[in-house]
Amino acid sequence: MSAPVAVEAYELTRRFGDFTAVDAITFQVAEGEVFGFLGANGAGKTTAIRMLTGLLAPTSGRARVAGHDVYTETEEIKRSIGYMSQRFSLYEDLTARENIRLYGGIYGLTDAQVRARTAELLRRLGLEPYADAPVRSLPLGWKQKLAFSVAMIHEPRVVFLDEPTGGVDPITRRQFWEMIYDAAEGGTTVFVTTHYMDEAEYCDRVSIMVDGRIAALGTPRELKERFGVESMDEVFVRLARPEAGAEDAS
Amino acid sequence: MSPLRGFVLKEFRHILRDRQTLVILLLLPLAQVVLFGFALRTDVRGVRLLVVDPVPDAATLALRGRFEATDVFRVVRVLPTTDDLAGWFRRGEADQALVMGPRFAQTLARGEGAQVLVVTDATDPNTGSTMQAYAAAVVQGYERELRAARPGTPAPGVEIVPETRMRFNPTLESVNLFIPGLIALVLTVVSALMSAISLSREKERGTMEVLLVSPLRPWQIIVGKVLPYLALGFGNVLSVLGAAWLVFRVPFRGSVLLLLAECLLFIVTSLALGVLIAARTGSQRTAMMGALMGLMLPTTILSGMIFPISSMPAWLQPVTHLVPGKWFILISRGIMLKGVGLEHLWRETLVLAVMTLLLLVAAVRSFDVRLD
Repeated sequence: MSAPVAVEAYELTRRFGDFTAVDAITFQVAEGEVFGFLGANGAGKTTAIRMLTGLLAPTSGRARVAGHDVYTETEEIKRSIGYMSQRFSLYEDLTARENIRLYGGIYGLTDAQVRARTAELLRRLGLEPYADAPVRSLPLGWKQKLAFSVAMIHEPRVVFLDEPTGGVDPITRRQFWEMIYDAAEGGTTVFVTTHYMDEAEYCDRVSIMVDGRIAALGTPRELKERFGVESMDEVFVRLARPEAGAEDAS
Repeated sequence: MSPLRGFVLKEFRHILRDRQTLVILLLLPLAQVVLFGFALRTDVRGVRLLVVDPVPDAATLALRGRFEATDVFRVVRVLPTTDDLAGWFRRGEADQALVMGPRFAQTLARGEGAQVLVVTDATDPNTGSTMQAYAAAVVQGYERELRAARPGTPAPGVEIVPETRMRFNPTLESVNLFIPGLIALVLTVVSALMSAISLSREKERGTMEVLLVSPLRPWQIIVGKVLPYLALGFGNVLSVLGAAWLVFRVPFRGSVLLLLAECLLFIVTSLALGVLIAARTGSQRTAMMGALMGLMLPTTILSGMIFPISSMPAWLQPVTHLVPGKWFILISRGIMLKGVGLEHLWRETLVLAVMTLLLLVAAVRSFDVRLD
C-alpha cells in the first residue's frame, strides 16, 4: 500500500476466558480512506473497535492507530482519534453550543479555537437558530450530524463511527455520508461500522467479520465479483449466514 | 479551557438544569432537620405519673410537690395501695408510678433510709430509661434539699435509684443528638446517592464510552463528576448546621472549623462510596437501589444515629465499625456537644480517613477495570 497507514492490525486477538471474541485479525487502513467494518451482531466488531480506541487491552497481536501502539500509547491514540458511539453521545440537557464547547475543551482546544469551530460548525449544519436550545429538542437526524461534527471537533487523524446512522431516515443518512466523504477528503481516516448494506457500497474498502475473524476484505466491487453477486447485501448474507446463502443459491 | 474545568462546568450545568432534583436536594435536608428536631424526640414530656402514697405526710407531700413542679411529670392519680398498679399500666393510663414507703417522714427524721419505688413502663426501652432517669433526678433533688435544710445531722436517706447523670446534654434534647446523624444521612444521600446516579447515568446513556475514549483520564472523569456534589454536599452541611443553630439552638461547643473539615472528609468518603457503587452496577436503577439499601439503611440504623450502639447485641456491635457514618457521628457529636478537639478525636478521624483512602483506591480501580 503506497499511502501512509492510519490504522494497522496484525493478528490482533482478544479472548474473554475461553471465548475468542476477536481472532487474529490483520488489516491496514490507509490515510483518508473510508473503511467499512462490517459483521453481524456478536461477530466481534465492537471488541475490535474497543481495542483500537484504547478502551480494551488486546490479548495478543499488534496494532497501531495513527502511528501509536495500542498497548503502550493509548493516551496518544485517544488524542488523535474521534469517536461516535452507536448510542447518541451528546448530552441532551445541554445546548448544541455547550456540547461543542465541552468536547472542544476535553480535546484541548483553546477558547478561541472553540469559538471559531463552534461558529463554523453551527453555520455548516444550519443549526444557528437552535444553538442555544437543549439538544433533546432537535430532530434525530440533526442530533446525529451534530454528534459527528463534535467527534470531528479536534480534526482527528482517524474517526471511529460505530453504527452512526441507526434509526435515521434515508435522506439524513445520505447527508450524513456526504459529511463522511468531506471528512475523508480533509484527510481524516473514517472507520465506520454499519448494518446498512447500501452504506457498505459507499465505502472505499470493507471488511466483513464472521465469528471473530475477517472473512473478506476488499473494495465493494472486488467482493461482489469474488462472490459473483449483484450487491453487498448478498455478499454479506453469503459470509455471515452461509446456510442462508446456500439456500439462496439452491 | 482546561479539559477538567470544562468537564466540571458541564456537570454543574446538569445539576442546575435539573431544577426539580436541585430543589429537592436543597430543601430536603432542611425539611429533615425540622422533622427530626420536632417529631423524632426521645426526650419525654407529660409523663403520666401515678402516685401511691399509703400514709400521706409532710415528706411525701413535699416529694409529690417536687414532681408536680416539673414540666415533665403530670400526676394523674394518687392511690392508697399498689393493688391496681398493674391495671393502670396495662390499660395504658399511666407511664410511671412513684410508690412511697410507709411512715415516710418518720423514717426520714430518724435518719434511716426511706423507701421510694419508681415503676416505669418500659414498653419503649429508650423512653423508659429516660423517664427513669428523670424520676431519679427529681428524687435526688429532694434529697439534696433535705440535706441542705438540716446541716450537721446525719445524712437523711431517701433510698435512691442508682445515680445517673445525663452529661453533655443535660436537658436531654434529642435534637442535639440527631443533628450529627442527620448530617451523615444527608451527605450519604446527596453525595453518595447522587454521584452514583449521575455516574451510572453516563454509563446508561453511552456518554461514558465517549468520555473514556477521550483524552480525559479516568481519575479526571471521576473528579469532574463528583466535584459538583462535593460543593452541593458542603452547602447542605452549612444549611443543616445553620438551621439547627437558628431553630433549635443546637450547641457548637467545639471548633466549627474542625467540624467543617471533618464534614468535608465525610463527603469525600460518601463520594467514594457513590463512585464504587456506580462502577459496580449497570444501571441508574440498580445504582440507586444499591445506594439506598447499602448506604442509607446502615447509616440510619447502625451508625448510632437513632439507636444506641451500646444497646445492640454483642455480635452486631463490631459490624457498626464498618459504617463510616458511625465514625462521623462520633466525631461530630464530640465536637458539637462535648466541645473536644482533634486531641480526643484523632483516632476516629484516622479510621474515617483510612476508610476514605481505601474506598477511593477501590473506586478508581474498579472504575478502571470497567473499561472492558
